[in-house]
Amino acid sequence: MSILDSLTLTRIPDEDEALRTEVRAFLSEATQAMPAHIRARSWGGYNTAFSRQLGAKGWIGVTLPKAYGGGGRSAFTRYVLVEEFLNFGAPVGAHWIADRQSAPLILKYGTEAQKQFYIPKVCRGEAFFCIGMSEPNSGSDLASVKTRAVPNDKGWLLNGQKIWTTNAHHCQYMIALVRTSGTAEDRHKGLSQVIVDLSLSGVTVRPIEDLSGDSHFCEVFFDNVQLGGDALIGAEGQGWEQVTAELAFERSGPERLFSSIVLFDQWLQYVRTPQGKTEAAQRLAGKVLTQLAPLRAMSVAVQQKLVQGESPIVEAALVKELGTTLEQMIPATIAEDLFARETEEVPVELLMTLKYITEASPSFSLRGGTRDILRGMIARGLGLR
Amino acid sequence: MSMNDNDLFADAARQVLAGQCTPAVVRAIEAGGRTAAATQTLWQQLEGAGLADALLDQDDGGAGLSLGQVFGVLEQCGAHALPLPLAETLVARALLVHAGAQPVPGSVALAQGQVLADGSWHCALVRSGAMVDAVLVQTECAWRVLKTAEARCAPQACALDAALTWSAVQVQAVPVVAVAAQQQVRTLQAAVVAAQMAGALNQVFQRTLQYANERQQFGRPIGKFQAIQHQLAVMSEHVFAARMAAQLGCSGDGVQPDRLRVATAKARCSEAALVVAELAHAIHGAIGFTEEYDLQLFTRPLHAWRQTAGSEAYWYGEALLAHDGMALDVVRRITDVESVH
Repeated sequence: MSILDSLTLTRIPDEDEALRTEVRAFLSEATQAMPAHIRARSWGGYNTAFSRQLGAKGWIGVTLPKAYGGGGRSAFTRYVLVEEFLNFGAPVGAHWIADRQSAPLILKYGTEAQKQFYIPKVCRGEAFFCIGMSEPNSGSDLASVKTRAVPNDKGWLLNGQKIWTTNAHHCQYMIALVRTSGTAEDRHKGLSQVIVDLSLSGVTVRPIEDLSGDSHFCEVFFDNVQLGGDALIGAEGQGWEQVTAELAFERSGPERLFSSIVLFDQWLQYVRTPQGKTEAAQRLAGKVLTQLAPLRAMSVAVQQKLVQGESPIVEAALVKELGTTLEQMIPATIAEDLFARETEEVPVELLMTLKYITEASPSFSLRGGTRDILRGMIARGLGLR
Repeated sequence: MSMNDNDLFADAARQVLAGQCTPAVVRAIEAGGRTAAATQTLWQQLEGAGLADALLDQDDGGAGLSLGQVFGVLEQCGAHALPLPLAETLVARALLVHAGAQPVPGSVALAQGQVLADGSWHCALVRSGAMVDAVLVQTECAWRVLKTAEARCAPQACALDAALTWSAVQVQAVPVVAVAAQQQVRTLQAAVVAAQMAGALNQVFQRTLQYANERQQFGRPIGKFQAIQHQLAVMSEHVFAARMAAQLGCSGDGVQPDRLRVATAKARCSEAALVVAELAHAIHGAIGFTEEYDLQLFTRPLHAWRQTAGSEAYWYGEALLAHDGMALDVVRRITDVESVH
């Protein structure tokens, strides 16, 4: 048996599915007034009031222990929640990273004091995190990071620069991958993760406008930022192992399948009207759905492996690669369909959503590991490297 | 029947096929067709192993498996490029027993037919039609089992296939088979074809991976070149997804596949067939294009299966029809299987 025939059909447990009805009722109402082209941003969207509302409902940190303010539920409960958030285009960006990876990371590697300090705030939708990985000269080659935390009598003195940091301008905290010993030539050795309070003196956050006009990512400068001794998360020198584990969780989730789903649903609505319905559109809908359904089944099956404590890194890379390819195919083929018609009487909201997703789609196969890096990981998993 | 028993059956199929359905045997069957000694021998071995009866209840001499539980067997058929209609025979025998009809000995193909003005039944394309003993035909009015020996036979593009016609007299001479009303021959065939495609896709991929690791150019295995690695990564993605889709197509109890799931399975596997076969040949170079090299024994069937029981475009038209509402709910309707084997 190889990786490629390792997945079996998996059913989301009924007790986790049970939450779907309630979440959907809430989201139908909460997102009703939001136009589709705004909802299309989903986890790129940002709304602190909405995050706090979800926190109050107990829908952030559902998998984290109750002792730290979490829900004490299974990973599949979170899967159902997130799937609904994404499909409704709920503006979940503010707490997204904290919920998905920062709080679980703190739970796994943090000290008791760190857990008690950060996790309850995350669960309430009050503390937002960003991920400081990339640097101007460290993109796909992440091990070459140069930002450095040097130990001193007060803790760690931080100097350097991060870039492409999503939502840094809205977050209180960053978990940064930094060098704590050795040099860039030491590669995976000597890297650590530190929690940076972005309100500290010496931190400068500058938003970068993307090609669609949004400013969701930033560059972040550290100029002699004094961190406390308790800023270190996990073991010194274990940063690379910690980051790698984090990425497996990041890659197979529903957010790698549904980035274009608000657009697709808008288009479906149009295609179901008498003026929108054509045979070509019907086929296109089938093409998307017959790719999306197996992917969702795979994503659920990979989730099951994660639940069982396995580390399906290559499987996750395969799902992300296929998922982002589909996410990018959707706006391209919808545009082809809409403008293959004699009429140009297409709902403006649909076209605005199409415009946004068309412009955003290059990022789908960049964030969380570029297409080429993932193909390299797959090749390694196949024994070619 | 647990997962373990299911795997045992697939293992049994693997053993029989690995030993008996060798590349030499596949070539002999393709060259000689129905009368080739290899054809008769291999069919008897498959029957001997009880594979053709696996979907029958234990009381009827079968193994009492569901379509989902023979997925592994069907995959093995594809992985060994089995040129005999074992999958179709499995399904046909189960349908006949469930309909209370007389069992039919030998191999049975599945086909959609039409009733012509003179009352004769015509099947324009019967896969394995030149090989089988009988065909289970569904027309717009009924199902019947018709013997190929009596049919008027016209050649098809592939020598093992045929266009078959039975006169009104011949048709009336055999009883109607009372197959459950919701069954559709094309859906059934697409489900088992997709499962075989999943097996063949993986086989083509594994052979290409091995070739890339062995073939040396510029002083190293070609699999060390990033361009080849990325092509293999793309192949593996399609193999991975197609298998999951094919599993969905065969999921469920009994021998009643779900049409929306089958649409997903057959469309996805057909898409994958095109990409995987193309890249396999690109990576193999000229040797893969020769008759004597075994790759073609698997890539040719991939194309033929894509062209069987509806291509991807046929099934694309299907997926949306059944449902309103959010895309997620259509997807959940396809992926949330009632029971997991």
